[in-house]
Amino acid sequence: MIRYRYKGEGVRGFDRFAAGETPAAMVALYRSMLRIRRIEEEIERRYHQDFMKTPIHLVIGQEATSVGACAAMRRSDLLYSSHRTHGSYLAKGGDLNAMLSEMHCRANGCAGSRGGSMHIIDKAAGMAGTSAIVGGAVPIAVGAALAAQRLRQDHVVMVFIGDATCEEGVASESLNFAALHRVPVVFFCENNFYSVQSPLTTRQPARVLHQWAATYDMPSVEVDGTNVLAVQAAARVAVDRARTGGGPSFIEAPVYRFRAHGGSGDDSKSGYRDVAEREAWEPFCPVKMFEEYLTGKSVLSRAAIDTMESEIAAEIAESFEHALSSADPVEADLYRHVYAD
Amino acid sequence: MPWDEGLVNSLVYDRPDPGEGRVVSYGQAINEALALALDHDPTVFVFGQGVDDPSAMFGTTRGLQQKFGRERVFDSPLSEEGMMGVSAGAAMNGMRPVFMHNRPDFILLAMNQLVTHAAKFHYMDNGQTTVPMVVWAAIGRGWGSGAQHSQAIQGMLLGVPGLKIVMPSTPYDAKGLLLSAILDNNPVCFFEHRWLMRKDGVVPEGFYRVPIGKGIRRREGGDVSIVGASHAIELGLQAAKILADEGIEADVIDLRTIKPMDEALILESLERTGRLVVVDTAWMKGGVCAEVGCLAAEKGFAFLNAPVARVGLPDIPTPAGYTLEQFYYPDAARIAAVARKLVKS
Repeated sequence: MIRYRYKGEGVRGFDRFAAGETPAAMVALYRSMLRIRRIEEEIERRYHQDFMKTPIHLVIGQEATSVGACAAMRRSDLLYSSHRTHGSYLAKGGDLNAMLSEMHCRANGCAGSRGGSMHIIDKAAGMAGTSAIVGGAVPIAVGAALAAQRLRQDHVVMVFIGDATCEEGVASESLNFAALHRVPVVFFCENNFYSVQSPLTTRQPARVLHQWAATYDMPSVEVDGTNVLAVQAAARVAVDRARTGGGPSFIEAPVYRFRAHGGSGDDSKSGYRDVAEREAWEPFCPVKMFEEYLTGKSVLSRAAIDTMESEIAAEIAESFEHALSSADPVEADLYRHVYAD
Repeated sequence: MPWDEGLVNSLVYDRPDPGEGRVVSYGQAINEALALALDHDPTVFVFGQGVDDPSAMFGTTRGLQQKFGRERVFDSPLSEEGMMGVSAGAAMNGMRPVFMHNRPDFILLAMNQLVTHAAKFHYMDNGQTTVPMVVWAAIGRGWGSGAQHSQAIQGMLLGVPGLKIVMPSTPYDAKGLLLSAILDNNPVCFFEHRWLMRKDGVVPEGFYRVPIGKGIRRREGGDVSIVGASHAIELGLQAAKILADEGIEADVIDLRTIKPMDEALILESLERTGRLVVVDTAWMKGGVCAEVGCLAAEKGFAFLNAPVARVGLPDIPTPAGYTLEQFYYPDAARIAAVARKLVKS
């Protein structure tokens, strides 16, 4: 039984958002998505080797949301995220070496091996904080936005949340406060229909998430989460609104998680969702669709894709080698930063 | 008048000697600290449910909104977890929030953000972020406060790495420790006690700090150590007077900060007396009483001439009724009785 179907326009959906986009900018978005996909695949391929002793949550299938949303942000803007961190960190301009070192528990990881995959935190890239507790980062992002507002800074804050976050009481509390004080924050909800293995239908009544958010007196839209240009356009509107004093916004982006909640591989066969459902979404893979669109428009050639693939493969191989050859933390590292001076 | 105001106003404390300096109430001392912090540092803000209402958080926030504006002193929605997260997020990004609660009971709604987020980020991100925030609350006692309006939760937080917990007992310490807490670069829980709010003390004008993590000897004696903080050590001092009339001299140690705890001072006192009574405003199990008792067993065993005694709350929820409250809460007489028994054993 297929519970959740793709309701977007597929490849046809890109045209509307392509006007005004330069070929170079669109190719850059594609490359960023392709890079994340290949990195995630390599993490997945090596996971069983057990060098990465960290609970991973792969972003395969959700590249367009990470890349489209981050493309609308400046490097100085702040991003907060849930446990599913890899895509947003890389899209925000994070350092692959620092991420893979963190996942390999090395001292030179972006969080010094205190965070692991769920806490890829790196202020240099504006990846300001993550939470492994659903909803945990949401009020923190609102607090960050309050600080930006009160300190008259011009950066904005975005927080990635999921459909299940909207069930947490703290999500309501955070939207309420953000709207009340009109702080510069964007709530970006990747609705992938499942929380671990629990479908949305067992968790929420038949409501529409972006309509729920709109009751908090903030602009709220739905956008095809597989369409990187549509995501970017919606994120730009929300980010600009926040930056110019217009307060918070909410974006709901339906998208499909092609893999299990955590770990490697797809676990649909265990029975919580129909394999046919995943298969029905596969034609709407965000990377493949955009590739088809760009090649169809002759913006991207097969040769250019091949070059990208080999560049990305080389970068990934180098980064894994860097992580594997990096030093472990020493015992003294355990005691650092318990308290701030 | 708030429902327990009459009770708090009726409490009798020793009057400080005005010859020693300016005398103000405990609540006024906190008000001065908040005003100084707001004045000195534009990143400080004060918020919480009712900080700008007519009762002004026992008077501690009176006049602050008028002086510093609604951007810096403001009422909050009834969203404890959300507001704790907002505090953490603002603290992680250049501000110094003071998040005020009428009672610690309300903080229990926000444990996820306090324990799992605010206390963790500095360590979890390898020192990239600091979380300089103060979580303030006044413990209630009596007049029907009951099971849900009188909880002293310091024991639950004592085992949380990354937090500091401050519990002043005098107006002087309340002001100096609050200024230290606001300047501290870590999340600091600042637990007051409702029954101390009308206590007067000598408090200097202007800015000064009392260091976090340092206890103080309130009274010198060689027969028994009474160790604790906040209103419990106020009762401990009253007990010491009762004991002195009987020729028993108590060494009274006010911890002032229960995390980090001044272990050296406790052990030095224990070495001097050989007997230990730990007092606390909270439950004896798993809290300050248990931790100080364990410290004595672990590092002060050779000094002990008698078993460690604890005087705190029994493992029972707080009753609301007046008569039951009298059985439930320890007073100076009970602390004195426990100390007397140790000395005479």
